[in-house]
Amino acid sequence: MAIESHVLICGGSACSSSGSNNITAEFKKELEAAGLAGKVEVLQTGCLGFCEQGPIVKIMPQGTFYVHVKLEDVKEIVSEHLVKGRVVGRLCYDPAQAKDPHAEANIPFYKKQFRIVLRNCGVINPEKIEDYIARDGYKALEKVLFEMTPEQVVEEMKKSGLRGRGGAGFPTGVKWESAAKQPKGQKYMICNADEGDPGAYMDRATLEGDPHSVLEAMVIGGYAVGADKGYIYIRAEYPLAIERLQIAIGQAREAGLLGDDILGSGFNFDIELRFGAGAFVCGEGTALQHSIEGKRGMPRPKPPNSVVAGLWARPTVINNVETLATIPVIINKGADWFTKIGTPDTPGTKVFALTGKVNNSGLIEVPMGTTLREIIFDIGGGIRGGHKFKAAQTGGPSGGMIPEQFLDLPIDFGSLAKIDSIMGSGGLIVMDETDCVVDIAKFYLDFTVEESCGKCAPCRIGGRKLLNYLTKISEGRGTLQDLENMERISKAMCKASLCGLGQSAANPVLSMLKYFKDEVVEHVVDKKCRAGKCSKLIQYKIDPAKCKGCTMCARKCPAGAISGALKNPHVIDTTKCVKCGACEATCKFGAISHG
Amino acid sequence: MNEPIEKMTPEISAFIEEWKSKPGNLIMVLHQVQQTYGYIPRNIAIEISERLSVPLAKIYGVVTFYNFFKLEKAGKYKIQVCLGTACYIRGGDDLLKALEKELGIGLNSTTPDGLFSIEAVRCLGCCGLAPVIVVNGNVHGRLTSKDVPAIIEQYRKQG
Ligand SMILES: Cc1cc2nc3c(=O)[nH]c(=O)nc-3n(C[C@H](O)[C@H](O)[C@H](O)COP(=O)(O)O)c2cc1C
Ligand code: SF4
Ligand code: SF4
Ligand code: SF4
Ligand code: FES
Ligand code: FES
Repeated sequence: MAIESHVLICGGSACSSSGSNNITAEFKKELEAAGLAGKVEVLQTGCLGFCEQGPIVKIMPQGTFYVHVKLEDVKEIVSEHLVKGRVVGRLCYDPAQAKDPHAEANIPFYKKQFRIVLRNCGVINPEKIEDYIARDGYKALEKVLFEMTPEQVVEEMKKSGLRGRGGAGFPTGVKWESAAKQPKGQKYMICNADEGDPGAYMDRATLEGDPHSVLEAMVIGGYAVGADKGYIYIRAEYPLAIERLQIAIGQAREAGLLGDDILGSGFNFDIELRFGAGAFVCGEGTALQHSIEGKRGMPRPKPPNSVVAGLWARPTVINNVETLATIPVIINKGADWFTKIGTPDTPGTKVFALTGKVNNSGLIEVPMGTTLREIIFDIGGGIRGGHKFKAAQTGGPSGGMIPEQFLDLPIDFGSLAKIDSIMGSGGLIVMDETDCVVDIAKFYLDFTVEESCGKCAPCRIGGRKLLNYLTKISEGRGTLQDLENMERISKAMCKASLCGLGQSAANPVLSMLKYFKDEVVEHVVDKKCRAGKCSKLIQYKIDPAKCKGCTMCARKCPAGAISGALKNPHVIDTTKCVKCGACEATCKFGAISHG
Repeated sequence: MNEPIEKMTPEISAFIEEWKSKPGNLIMVLHQVQQTYGYIPRNIAIEISERLSVPLAKIYGVVTFYNFFKLEKAGKYKIQVCLGTACYIRGGDDLLKALEKELGIGLNSTTPDGLFSIEAVRCLGCCGLAPVIVVNGNVHGRLTSKDVPAIIEQYRKQG
């Protein structure tokens, strides 16, 4: 019997955690029972991008897209859809699909996306090398080994204009060229899979959904620069990605795609995993190398650059996961094809982890030059709960808050730098009017202060000072002079810090002061937080017109701040109130509010 | 405080042998230890120091640098609250408060019966499900503070 349909079940981290493994097993069982086992193939894929709606099941070739699938729904999908060919309308993301099963292309979430990095993610079974090979996998490696000299590979990469997706945007071809020019001898390729930005999971999804693409690119890189050894430095917090990589490395070795004499070409290259251990600074190249060497992950001053003296003082290329996953496609389709995508500043695509206050939170890939408005409103489906857009943060703790006025700016490395943010690695956090800019800046500084390695004073002391000022402001103790001091300290940190962590840690503060000054001044002068987030500035009030005098709130208040007679309006003594919010949660009549 | 003495398992012993001659082995060995015991027991650290010929001070220097390594044993149910940005913005700190209230303990501590401990982590890569907590590796996502008591109860019942 020939295979007629495929059932794709998302095995990404988010969907796995909501039970997609059991769903896969259930599908196999039900298909067996329906006598379809030979006709319908079940495969568990990587992230389909729509994590918030998971677990996701997709039926091919129709492309019917089922969301929030539960174990008990499986029987119905099998008996209705796969046996009788009738789409199960109630489980479709888009009800229009019930009528036209080919409507996937019309789901707004997918329509504006363009997939290079995620080309196989959600399409193949990441635990089967055959699936990767069937989709042109390892073809680029073959081409490179047998049809190109290392110099030609470097040249092609330079021509493609690919810029590193780990955050800094350094041209990959130039980096490879410098490493290739170092004298022959031991050199290393490192894949940076530390993914330190808290709130971003692009690299995790890529490794879980298409691990071979990264392995293939590392071998290509090794060939181009003359390295025979590669390390993947991956966060220990990503067990599923680690497991898939281990499987992939085993399969690639077995297939002669890793190890000695790859494909009979005479070229040797092997890859080992090293685990990160929860230190953000270890994403920085030199710190990462110290960590692989088994030491504390402290950055060191440059020069020498890693391409000259990196891991164990040998020439080393560090590339990010997403950068690497792009490379096989560039080799296969050519630099000329690649430069037509994206912008002149940054050719290609970018994967974003779109999160925060958007309706469709998930993993997306768009051509560079797409605007934030398209990402947040067309793909992301706008702001949740009918709220209003306030800001978007790219670049995580190293980036800035982008205000509404830039929603239509085509984004690439250059354009984001001009508006005081950075591209970063791809975290994109959307905030609405219930988020407070002071609170967010404080959140990020809290993070960078905790993660600073403490080696240099500007970052260690400056970060702490910024955090203290932000705390003061959020508690209504700030002064206008503090704002000026913050700006001065921020600029000093940018200039004088030793590594990228300190150099960019002040970005959230600088963008806050530049684009949201009104809101900050309100905290300082009016002692008011318009978002109602800064708890010390919140005032709880009882509306006498709505209060029925039921006394519930007074009984709940831990501070004894509420008084009033039975059946009479109650009042809150704001000097006693500790702003716990218990009264508001208790009142059945909606008489208590805060602001 | 009395430091519990843990037994070195044959797996760890074999792992140390396997990695002994590889450069940069210390962190990988510590990962194995952390995974087995849920923390880095002192007697094991001493043994590693001897077998890898690494000064104990260096081992502790490394252990304290990296957040992933813990010096104290976690509860039987290790609760990790995500305070990454995506989770924070969707109320991760409310979950933390609710957990602290429900269990009567603060961050980085363990209930007196040894059943639960709470720690904060920065992003588990499940941001699509924010806010998220993880109990012994099981992810609970799309939570509000109202869901917390039921989750705790579920584990408490298992004892
Ligand atoms: C504090 C800090 C954290 C970083 N974290 C990461 C990370 O998690 N992943 C990553 O790929 N690059 C990270 N980088 C950037 C790397 O230093 C480096 O530029 C990058 O891995 C190079 O690869 P690329 O050229 O392919 O982008 C970080 C940099 C700094 C300063
Ligand atoms: S900038 Fe911060 S993280 Fe970087 S070396 Fe200096 S103290 Fe360490
Ligand atoms: S709970 Fe509401 S109605 Fe009752 S006394 Fe308090 S404010 Fe008034
Ligand atoms: S917020 Fe808390 S402390 Fe303040 S009045 Fe209400 S219950 Fe009392
Ligand atoms: S993990 Fe399933 S869609 Fe992302
Ligand atoms: S921020 Fe919580 S899982 Fe990413």
